[in-house]
Amino acid sequence: MGIISSSIARKVAMALSGLFLVLFLGQHFTINLTSTFSPETFNEFSHFMGTNFLVQAILQPVLIFGVIFHFVMGFILEIRNRSARQISYVSYKGSANSSWVSRNMIYSGIVILAFLGLHFYDFWFPEIAYKYIEGNPADATRYYGELVEKFHSPVRTGLYVLSFIFLALHLYHGFASSFQSVGFNNKYATALKKFAKVYAIAIPAGFIFIALFHHFNH
Amino acid sequence: MKLTLKIWRQENAKAKGAMKTYPIDGIEGDMSFLEMLDVLNEELINKGEVPVEFDHDCREGICGSCSLQINGEPHGPDRLVTTCQLHMRKFNDGDTIVIEPFRATAFPVVTDLIVDRTAFDRIQHAGGYISVNTSGNTIDANSIPVNKHDADDSFNAATCIGCGACVAACKNASAMLFTSAKVSQYALLPQGQVEAVERVENMVRQMDLEGFGNCTNTGACEIECPKGISLENIARMNREYLSATSKG
Repeated sequence: MGIISSSIARKVAMALSGLFLVLFLGQHFTINLTSTFSPETFNEFSHFMGTNFLVQAILQPVLIFGVIFHFVMGFILEIRNRSARQISYVSYKGSANSSWVSRNMIYSGIVILAFLGLHFYDFWFPEIAYKYIEGNPADATRYYGELVEKFHSPVRTGLYVLSFIFLALHLYHGFASSFQSVGFNNKYATALKKFAKVYAIAIPAGFIFIALFHHFNH
Repeated sequence: MKLTLKIWRQENAKAKGAMKTYPIDGIEGDMSFLEMLDVLNEELINKGEVPVEFDHDCREGICGSCSLQINGEPHGPDRLVTTCQLHMRKFNDGDTIVIEPFRATAFPVVTDLIVDRTAFDRIQHAGGYISVNTSGNTIDANSIPVNKHDADDSFNAATCIGCGACVAACKNASAMLFTSAKVSQYALLPQGQVEAVERVENMVRQMDLEGFGNCTNTGACEIECPKGISLENIARMNREYLSATSKG
């Protein structure tokens, strides 16, 4: 825990784990997007991701570790930060000097955590059960049907859309600020931060499009 | 100008404080905020009450003594000024003004509006200096060429007056802007390179030991800093720290 014991190391660790999750989101979005125009391509990608040894044995555990690390570290930081001001202000005007999203990362993060619970319940747990518990034979054509079936429910679709809005809020501050955390703040960083803000809106908006597309087209 | 002041009153460090309301009249727009408090204190003294205690010294924005959280912002609603430079013309007749001490676990209240900011001194003592032999063999600093851009950035970092507004504004009560300014002013100069590794490690360690929070890049510190210290300094300190830890 040596390096993580300093405030800067914790900050960098949050930034790097966040950047890793941002990369994963881009990959997840790209595969999901294929479901809106080519069910066959979506099935092929999903089958590859679901059966490839490297993905299953290495990338998936690394991803789960990254998710858990980011959340646990986020909660640790929140607790430490609250203890750094044990007596609150009577009047605190945060809106005068900072954005709402930057001050409420813990709340957007908690919504995303709750969403991950739903998402794992919907897709990941059934997938693990199908493959590794029930031991069913590999079926390269089942993924598209499973995806579409989930988005019949207006409640589930609504929850997904709401969660993606919070994901956009979280990324809008988190992605751009991760460059500052790792010490990158110059004229090139300014352009990179603009890209991060576009990405933060575009990717969740794309996920919302996919959810609504399958809800209204099936 | 007639105002209603809601001021944090606390007898001593161990006492339980509370907000107390004071109506005040006859305040001129050209008065500074501290002069307005002087008027209040004269009234309180004349009435036999205990005056409101607050920190102040130079009253021209360079000593870093004055503080105060005014209507939810350190040094009040104006930008790039300290409380002593804040004019009452920034307020309107009939306004209610909430005045509190800077709040942070590392800045405990001493009495009323005075907080103990010696945590900043200890961070500075941990490495915010260069060791120079001043026994008569000192080399003129100007004999070592310094890139103009670096010299300017170093000077800008050195304008930090250590008032603590960055901590007061930050939702996490983080002292990263202060510490990074003190690290940056030397990190940018050749004279600061010899002790660069120890400096950033020791100052960050001390900052953490004091109980300040973690920076989450809200940028509130930069906006509220009366000297306009930039967030670039925090990024620079992060780089310096990562470089120092990688060197072991």
